[in-house]
Amino acid sequence: MLAVSELKKSFVSPEGQQVEIVNVGAFALAAGEQFALRGESGSGKTTFLHLIAGILAPDSGSVVVDGAEMSALSEPRRDRLRAEKIGYIFQTFNLLQGFTVLENVTLGMSFGPRGADKAHARDMLERVGLGHRLHHFPQQLSTGQQQRVAVARALANRPKLVLADEPTGNLDHKSGREALALIREVCREHQAALLLVSHDEDVLAQFETRRDFSDINRAVQEASQ
Amino acid sequence: MTLPLIIYRSLRQHALSTLVTAGGIALASGLLMCVWMVKTQAQATFTQTTTGFDAVLGARGSKLQLVLNAIFHMEASAGNVAAADYEMVRRHPLIKTAIPIAVGDNLRGFRLVGTVPELFKVQYAPEKTFALEKGGRMFTADAKEAVAGSFAAQRLGLKVGDTFRPFHGLAFDPKAEHADDFVITGMLEPTNTPVDRVIWIPLRGLQTMSGHDPKAATDVSAVLLQLRSPMAGLQMDMMYNKQGNRLTFAYPVGAIIAELFGKIAWFDQVLALVAYLVALVAAGSVLASIYNSMSARRRDLAILRALGAKRRTIFGAVLAEAACIGVLGAIVGYAVYFALFTGVAQVIRAQTGVVLDVTAYHHVLWISPLAMIGLCALGGVVPAFKAYRTPVAETLAPAS
Repeated sequence: MLAVSELKKSFVSPEGQQVEIVNVGAFALAAGEQFALRGESGSGKTTFLHLIAGILAPDSGSVVVDGAEMSALSEPRRDRLRAEKIGYIFQTFNLLQGFTVLENVTLGMSFGPRGADKAHARDMLERVGLGHRLHHFPQQLSTGQQQRVAVARALANRPKLVLADEPTGNLDHKSGREALALIREVCREHQAALLLVSHDEDVLAQFETRRDFSDINRAVQEASQ
Repeated sequence: MTLPLIIYRSLRQHALSTLVTAGGIALASGLLMCVWMVKTQAQATFTQTTTGFDAVLGARGSKLQLVLNAIFHMEASAGNVAAADYEMVRRHPLIKTAIPIAVGDNLRGFRLVGTVPELFKVQYAPEKTFALEKGGRMFTADAKEAVAGSFAAQRLGLKVGDTFRPFHGLAFDPKAEHADDFVITGMLEPTNTPVDRVIWIPLRGLQTMSGHDPKAATDVSAVLLQLRSPMAGLQMDMMYNKQGNRLTFAYPVGAIIAELFGKIAWFDQVLALVAYLVALVAAGSVLASIYNSMSARRRDLAILRALGAKRRTIFGAVLAEAACIGVLGAIVGYAVYFALFTGVAQVIRAQTGVVLDVTAYHHVLWISPLAMIGLCALGGVVPAFKAYRTPVAETLAPAS
């Protein structure tokens, strides 16, 4: 489902120096697999997810999602691939504040192959327990409810790969556990591969397959030497 | 559905700025249409307003003043035409009809014009003749009677059977009341011409009004003429204007008014220039309004891109949003146009009796709104390009 090789990304620091953030030799994820990456703040794990999602272009290397080599695709086709095959759950949810809960989900779907299927969006929101909040705006919801909208939006297009960036980072312990259980359950239902990054040990402990991001990111290894 | 939803929500999120900007567009579009329509209609209507006469004979002076005085009942008379001159022109073989008029008095600001009942047998426009409202009759030539034009009657609250005393002069002065009592015998039906603003009395009634100079009791202010042929106009022009030096022959009436519009064309141009400038400022305000909102919307745009929206979708959404503000402004612009035009038309009617038609059609009524929408869309190009270039990863959550 996902294969990453020799993926590199550098940024220019405010001091004008080239700083390598991501340097991953090889990483792969099978269909339906659920994998957790442990990483501290600033370790480059969000950048890694952005590179996988095609939001950010790598300096070099390869990202293959469901057989499609990201770097070989034009930007519009990369956007299309992201809309069709990748669901992204952000730490800060990134909901559109001017849109209702239902619109947030249908809008996410509208860029994918199935279009804005309102009935399916409603089903997804009911699935995450928000069937009674369809016409509310994000700011009218609790933090936990907002995260559930983000989950519904990310999974509404039945993506083959779900990227979750600190999905419980802004939630209290109970809400965090519930949100995580929901993400994992829905991914299982949809046979979607899940790549989750977190620094929360409680979250990481729930994954059978997990790894330190520093183990696969040579940039961190070099910086710490 | 996606694009309309994005546009609708964005416009709602910035409702105040949307409304203010659309208001500017509406004002510009309405102003443009109003200036254009008033200009074209006023020119067409005034030059066609001859009240059925081809020419006017009056005292030596400006032809324009003569036409304004005798046809539009606006200016003061340049002087009198002696009874002998009137008789001569009346009997001239080139003249079909000669109607004398005398001015110099008013009723609370509305002009009294003395004339003969034959005036009301003339067609004031093709296929249109004067008619009295039910229950009224024409004044008798030698009686102290009056027939009121519809607008004057309405403004002064006159009805058949009312009596009044005229005031001397063309401007109302309460101290200058004449001692003569006139009775209203009829009211003219509306003609949408300057005739509506006049109270008509018998020629003798005005000439022999108490306080008027008895030496001028047979003089008239002007003579309205219908010619037997267009060639007659040229011959009369030669006779009165080139060979004579006592009288002025104003012919053709429409061309003389057209000359007036020619002289004040610069005023139209200034108004049009102001309207164009308002349009440009309005388009600029669309640019500024959307551009300024870009900072607040960068995150939303980045989220849309992260969800899979293409750059061109974002570009199109911002451009269409600008055009939508233009559409909103253009729609409200029609209301502005109707309000402005109605106000201007009322002033013109009150001042001249000429009626402009607010429902009349002209190409400018669709060209102006379309041009405003186009200008707004153009104003949206810069912010749309900025939106197009929104860096997704940088704008979303900080990297970790």
